[in-house]
Amino acid sequence: MLQGSNLECIRGDRVLFSGINFSIKPGELMQVRGPNGSGKTSLLRMLCGLAVPNSGEIRWNSSNIRSLGEDYFNIVTYLGHLSGVKDDLTAIENLRITSALAGIEIDEKKASKVLQEMGLEGRETLLAKVLSQGQKRRVALARLLLARTKLWILDEPLTALDISAIELIKKILEQYLAQGGMVILTTHQEIDIAATATHQLYLS
Amino acid sequence: MSINWYKYASPASFYFLAGKMIPYFSIVAVILLLVGLYIGFFVAPTDFQQGEAYRIIFIHVPAAWMSMFLYLVMAFWSGIGLAFNTRLSSMVATAIAPTGAMFTFIALWTGAWWGKPMWGAWWVWDARLTSELILLFLYIGFMSLQAAIDDPRRADRAGAIIALVGVVNIPIIYFSVQWWNTLHQGASVSVTQSPKMAASMLAGMLIMAFAAWMYSIAMILMRTRAIILERERHTAWVAELKGVTGVTR
Amino acid sequence: MPPQRRINYTFLNMLIWIIRRDLLLAMRRQADVLTTLFFFIIVVSLFPLGVGPEMNTLRIMAPGVVWVAALLASMLSLGRIFSTDYLDGTLEQILLSPTSLSLLVLGKMFSHWLVTGVPLVLMAPVLGIQYDLPANALFVLTLSLLLGTPILSLIGAIGAALTLGLRGGGVLVSLLVLPLYIPVLIFGAGAVEASIAGLGFEAHFSLLGAFLLVSLVFAPWTTAASLRISVG
Repeated sequence: MLQGSNLECIRGDRVLFSGINFSIKPGELMQVRGPNGSGKTSLLRMLCGLAVPNSGEIRWNSSNIRSLGEDYFNIVTYLGHLSGVKDDLTAIENLRITSALAGIEIDEKKASKVLQEMGLEGRETLLAKVLSQGQKRRVALARLLLARTKLWILDEPLTALDISAIELIKKILEQYLAQGGMVILTTHQEIDIAATATHQLYLS
Repeated sequence: MSINWYKYASPASFYFLAGKMIPYFSIVAVILLLVGLYIGFFVAPTDFQQGEAYRIIFIHVPAAWMSMFLYLVMAFWSGIGLAFNTRLSSMVATAIAPTGAMFTFIALWTGAWWGKPMWGAWWVWDARLTSELILLFLYIGFMSLQAAIDDPRRADRAGAIIALVGVVNIPIIYFSVQWWNTLHQGASVSVTQSPKMAASMLAGMLIMAFAAWMYSIAMILMRTRAIILERERHTAWVAELKGVTGVTR
Repeated sequence: MPPQRRINYTFLNMLIWIIRRDLLLAMRRQADVLTTLFFFIIVVSLFPLGVGPEMNTLRIMAPGVVWVAALLASMLSLGRIFSTDYLDGTLEQILLSPTSLSLLVLGKMFSHWLVTGVPLVLMAPVLGIQYDLPANALFVLTLSLLLGTPILSLIGAIGAALTLGLRGGGVLVSLLVLPLYIPVLIFGAGAVEASIAGLGFEAHFSLLGAFLLVSLVFAPWTTAASLRISVG
């Protein structure tokens, strides 16, 4: 269970948000909403452990995520709004390295199989710089098919994706939630994902 | 009787406490400065080797002491700020840097003035002068790094790292520079050598050193107050202050 | 979800992954590597033009000139160690890896050294010949660079991590890092000078080695902390 209590974020002089409380259990989805600049990305970066809240606490199963240290990164997968795909590596190399960093080693065959599932058949050995934005996003999202973490934090995962890819992501997320995963995401598109419970968190 | 120290660790309480203390430190600094300069320039005897020119050491030596000491204090407070996330200590560290850099600069400048009659050159690559120059670079690095970062929290922490890395490196740098140039004057003031120095000379130097201390404390408190106002300008207690709108740096 | 094996990474395995990745990237961007090397060559070759071709002067200057040029070349290449990863978001993945961040950082430092330090070491004897250094001095020069350039990558990475994403980061990193490089310069160039003068250079090498060990212990950890501060 992930719990945030009284979270506050200050950027420069501005208080982006304060007094944010939520809790999310296995199988549940939380959508973070708000206009541009309301601190959605900042919140997600706090939840995955990249940034530290200016005040308040984030707890995983009642222990503060700061005290979990690197163990917390075995629990959470974060996909930022920068896709984290290297232009000078091929799709396969990108996927193998990002999953290796997350602690999952796969061989080339496995990697190309996953990329095909993401609809990148025939693009596996191309350098990422020749791929389109949407295709790069698919390479980044392929990580999710390999991830065995309990919590996914996704920042605008649907950006640049076409309808078929959005359907695919929806299916992946629903399957993951059905297996007891937790998802926190931001998105501008309306998307209807089936979950045990869907929380809406508004930042203004 | 127990004092609640934590009370003074809050920027607001510190602001008012520092405001009360600054005048005392400033007055003591001025008095000590005048006494020290009087002793240095009129009471202390003329040096039989170096003539009158040596009198610059009454400024040079305390400035050099202060420059090194302040770097340690700065690193200490920024380290405390990094470890315990206490904002006030990081602000104090930021406030120390310009004063430390100023003393380093004075030490270099007066060193050059002293060097001209002593060594016949404005600048010699003496181990101590060189180390002092490197210390100035370290201060400049700390200040430029903090100046380049907009987010105060990141600035505090990044500054702390570079200050601590500097502290670990200073002994290595100092040793390497010594190694590089073993030709240097022995320390002017040390317990074993003090008999060589006239009592009044030593007194003058120590009084000047205390003056530098008091001046530094007053300046650091003033600068810390300015930083507090700047960073807390959106809080209620700053808004309640009258007539401070123009005070921010 | 398809089943897959979850491998508990040994430290060495992870280190190899990150080094392989950075070397692969460097191979695909060879121009960047060559720029550093050519910078080194050009700076060293400029000095005789400024000072005059008098061989006796040049021989005295050689160790210092080559070492200062190596310092500058290494410093110029620091920008690449983290900034490209920072801009495309892969640095976030590195920070969120369940492996120790210090270890990954050590891997990045090592590949930075392989890509920028080792070419300088290999080029040094050729440049030493330009300055008419005797054979054993060339040998000591090369060896001193071999021992000293890893320190430049280790310490430099701290500066690179602290200045990540800042405006004017390139100039700023030089202000932070160059003063910290001074002991390397002194011991490294000193060793060559000692060997030219016919004195022992073992002491210099011991000190350089000690400094390398100290940096090896502290720099990855400090850089990891700096990255968390800069990205957080």
